[in-house]
Amino acid sequence: MNLELVKKIALPLITLLAIVQIWSTIAGKVDGFPTPYNTYVAAFGGETSEGDEMIGVLTDPFYVNNQDDKGIFWQILASLERVFSGFALAIIVGVPLGLLIGMSKSAHLAFNPYIQILKPVSPLAWLPLLLYIFQDINLTAISTIFVTSIWPIIINTTLGVKSVNQDYLNVAKVLNFSPLEKITKIILPVAVPYIFTGMRLSLGIAWLVIVAAEMLTGGIGIGFWIWDEYNNLNYYSIIIGIILVGLIGFILDIVMGKIADYFDYRKQGRA
Amino acid sequence: MSAKFLNLQNIEKRFAIPGKEGYIAVTNVDLEIKQNEIISIIGHSGCGKSTLLNIISGLDMQSSGTIVLENKHIEGPGPERAVVFQNHSLLPWLTAYQNIELAVKKVMPHLSKSELKERVMKYIEMVNLSHAKDKKPDEISGGMKQRVGIARALSIEPKVLLMDEPFGALDSLTRANLQEHLMRIQESVKNTVIIITHDIDEAVLLSDRVIMMTNGPEATIGEILEVNLERPRDRVSLQSDPEYIRCREAILDFLYKKFAKEDE
Repeated sequence: MNLELVKKIALPLITLLAIVQIWSTIAGKVDGFPTPYNTYVAAFGGETSEGDEMIGVLTDPFYVNNQDDKGIFWQILASLERVFSGFALAIIVGVPLGLLIGMSKSAHLAFNPYIQILKPVSPLAWLPLLLYIFQDINLTAISTIFVTSIWPIIINTTLGVKSVNQDYLNVAKVLNFSPLEKITKIILPVAVPYIFTGMRLSLGIAWLVIVAAEMLTGGIGIGFWIWDEYNNLNYYSIIIGIILVGLIGFILDIVMGKIADYFDYRKQGRA
Repeated sequence: MSAKFLNLQNIEKRFAIPGKEGYIAVTNVDLEIKQNEIISIIGHSGCGKSTLLNIISGLDMQSSGTIVLENKHIEGPGPERAVVFQNHSLLPWLTAYQNIELAVKKVMPHLSKSELKERVMKYIEMVNLSHAKDKKPDEISGGMKQRVGIARALSIEPKVLLMDEPFGALDSLTRANLQEHLMRIQESVKNTVIIITHDIDEAVLLSDRVIMMTNGPEATIGEILEVNLERPRDRVSLQSDPEYIRCREAILDFLYKKFAKEDE
């Protein structure tokens, strides 16, 4: 049989066994730390090793008890809504700004220092300020995502514009292209793959930020849920939350990667 | 045939170097080019021949002097002076057909859909590339790319065709093939053509006049050679033609005796 395929399946499984083993060891040493088995039960329902009957977090993800008690699906949906709102705003503002900075040396000089200074600022530093401004959980979370995820979009768009070959611009000059024609027919085809790389990084950051932001703002969302379960002493939920956040982030990254490839002229028509 | 078709007067190009006196690349260039004339500009590297072409195309501005094309001053690039770039400069995300279409659409916006298609196809056929019209630049050879570049430049019916070492990046057999293409097309289109080259045989084979540039800095026109050979020209029989031999020797003499250049 295909040895590569066997390796692809077997090697990750071996790693998984090692992880579960280390986890079990930690659970045995730290009092109250959920074991892998109990965490599995907490996720999918059943009977724990102590004999307690449990309804799994993932067996009924759609329940709604009241405004403050909803299933995991609604928590994740609320987080995704915020992430995509902030991310969309970052694209709407970041791409044109990046085009401008890439095309104009003056704009580069005017904006670049502040981009470099604001880029490394942690979302947690923005949060109190934005909470003070908006006094609203949703707007605060969305604007926090906006200010932390816009930088890779701006920087990569700028990079894309700067990587346009001077020869192509000469073609545009000889044909007397208007600035708009230059952008749509010459610059964007070159810059789009870069822009999508920026968007992919940006979405990754947005998904990182949302968990932290929701822990502080509260209300609803996967970040809030993890923090809430911690306060309720449901430590197994924290582990379930981590795995879910990781899986969703992974899926988001794959989807963004596929979209990016679709718009990359260098990869079109090639499988 | 108008005598004053394209006229260069006293062209000079200085490049500013911070903290130093400017570098004068070319100076004192006076040249009159007749309509339908094919001229080559030849010289060692660094003689400013590409600078001169860029000034004519408008991609670069002269520091002083004037260029007049059909009684109009040239002050920037324009489609009436099409350029065939050394590295073809095809847009890699478009097919050969689309690359030409882009140019025609922009320069002749009044064309109907069928007229547009007809025109693009005409120039693709002119360079014998109908079979490769839907290929992208990455999928065709260097010589084919350059032929698309030539078709793109000709498709917008420029008054002057500017070619910056158009075949310089190609192997010698492909180059010969493209020279044949160019001569055959020129027979039917009858453009004014300015070719930058460093290839002596190419200069003599293709041109009515060969402009020989002195070495830079402060390069200028050294000599102008008239090539009195009938067209169509055949590269094989020319090898023993006394006029061909005279022209070759004149250029050789200029480049390797009067203005020989040591390797730097």
